[in-house]
Amino acid sequence: MPAAQLELWQVAKRFQGVVAVDSVSLTATAGQVTALIGPNGSGKTTTMNMITGLYPTDAGHIRLDGVDIARLAPHKVAALGVARTFQNIRLLASETTLANVLLGAHRHQSASLLDVLFGLPAVKSSETREKARCEALLDLVGIAPLRDVAVGGLSYGDRRRVEIARALATKPRLLLLDEPAAGMNFAEKRALADLVLAIRDMGITVLLIEHDIEFVARVSDHIVVLNFGREIAAGTPEEVRRMPSVIEAYLGTEDA
Amino acid sequence: MTTFLQQVVNGLSLGSIYAVFAIGCTLIFGVLNIVNLAQGAFFMVGAYLGLEIALLGLPLPLALVVALVGGGILGMASELLVFRVLRLRGGHKWMGLVASLALARLLVGIAQEVFGTAVHGYPPNPFTAIVWEIGGVRVQLLQIIVVITAVILMGILGFTLQKTSVGRAIRTVAFSEDVARIVGVEVGRTILITFFIAGALAGAAGVLLGLLFNVVSPFMGEHMLVKGLTVMILGGLGNIPGAVAGGFLLGLVEVFSVAYVSSAFRDAIGFGLIFLILLVKPTGLFSGFEERRA
Repeated sequence: MPAAQLELWQVAKRFQGVVAVDSVSLTATAGQVTALIGPNGSGKTTTMNMITGLYPTDAGHIRLDGVDIARLAPHKVAALGVARTFQNIRLLASETTLANVLLGAHRHQSASLLDVLFGLPAVKSSETREKARCEALLDLVGIAPLRDVAVGGLSYGDRRRVEIARALATKPRLLLLDEPAAGMNFAEKRALADLVLAIRDMGITVLLIEHDIEFVARVSDHIVVLNFGREIAAGTPEEVRRMPSVIEAYLGTEDA
Repeated sequence: MTTFLQQVVNGLSLGSIYAVFAIGCTLIFGVLNIVNLAQGAFFMVGAYLGLEIALLGLPLPLALVVALVGGGILGMASELLVFRVLRLRGGHKWMGLVASLALARLLVGIAQEVFGTAVHGYPPNPFTAIVWEIGGVRVQLLQIIVVITAVILMGILGFTLQKTSVGRAIRTVAFSEDVARIVGVEVGRTILITFFIAGALAGAAGVLLGLLFNVVSPFMGEHMLVKGLTVMILGGLGNIPGAVAGGFLLGLVEVFSVAYVSSAFRDAIGFGLIFLILLVKPTGLFSGFEERRA
């Protein structure tokens, strides 16, 4: 499936009077890496929650390849090929790496009680196929040797990789990454940047939130800067770096 | 020694029913972090549904199936009419507790009107008549059937949770509703299925207890609810294997206290022991869902 194009047009979200996202318009071009940056509280994660359907929008349109997904339930958005990772990692600590990644393959596996009891060949082959696919993803994100290790014992960086693999297991056309480099050391960040570019080269559109400006500049084709729930600038990494409004709003503050 | 073995047999058959019932309570807690106090009423309705089928002269397995389905439908109704409404309106989870208590009272009231307050018994069946004496220990065929049925039900549940798509969805929702949504799980449907399973287990437990003790009354659910909640806490909130072990443990403790102390102290000893266990290990014998999260 081809990479998806995401377009937000004047999207807004309020929480009991507090404006979290005032009016955001942005485009994540198909097959590119787009970064959403901005100070804490500028509405980045809220925007991501609206794209994935976790929060209903109050105004505006969210279009995936031209189809408005702003009012869709999260599982339907997922079915259209949107996957994400969370800022605070959410994995089943007691389950293995592979089991966690297999959760992402949920939509691609169906096994009713009767199917399983009678050991229908279709179920078995789909199980084997999905398992192989998830193992390949573990290899891609670089944690294949950890497949049978309980996630609770993994390092922070490795847990992020598990989450990315789980998101990829849903077979996304658009991948949203919420602060993927947070808490990572220099070497881990470099490896993650390579991974993000590899994901892009697989034909998956990437939209990421990140505070580490070096990381953002390294992976992004396009950057959108938010402040106070509005986009204040957009452009290539070089263009954005030179904009006075951005320097004032974001780069001027010591954040990361 | 004979008394001891006899009590083991009695305790295991009673405990297996406690386990089946408590699994339903703990499953709902594991998925939604709430307690459905109407589970006891589903248990009672299940016992009556089974009784009606048996009185029609139809086979007991059918009575069990009808109670399973009836309990399951009531479970789904409680989600659709009570818990879901409260969730969507942003109600506090304690409101669900009170609302489900109200639902339980409603069902008990209806049962009193329909069946009267008198205690009913299941019609004679061949399983009670067949009794084996092994070294002075009396084992009813019925007791064996109850335990086997309970174990089969628990087995089906465990298998469903571990191996099927629905089970995977339930486990994912239990872990995090947001993660479930993101990987494409229909959370609302999954919760509804969870309530069906819990209600079905309660209904089935009703038939099993009704058969074993030959006592069916509109108030039987309240007693069972207390046992179910106790087992749920004992086994660790949301922990299904814990509920199984806790169910058998409570069953054994109860019959032993009747046999060796006094039936008057049955509940006092049972609950006293649980109190002691919780003093020593406040998370229950087995750690609950909360501890297993990332």
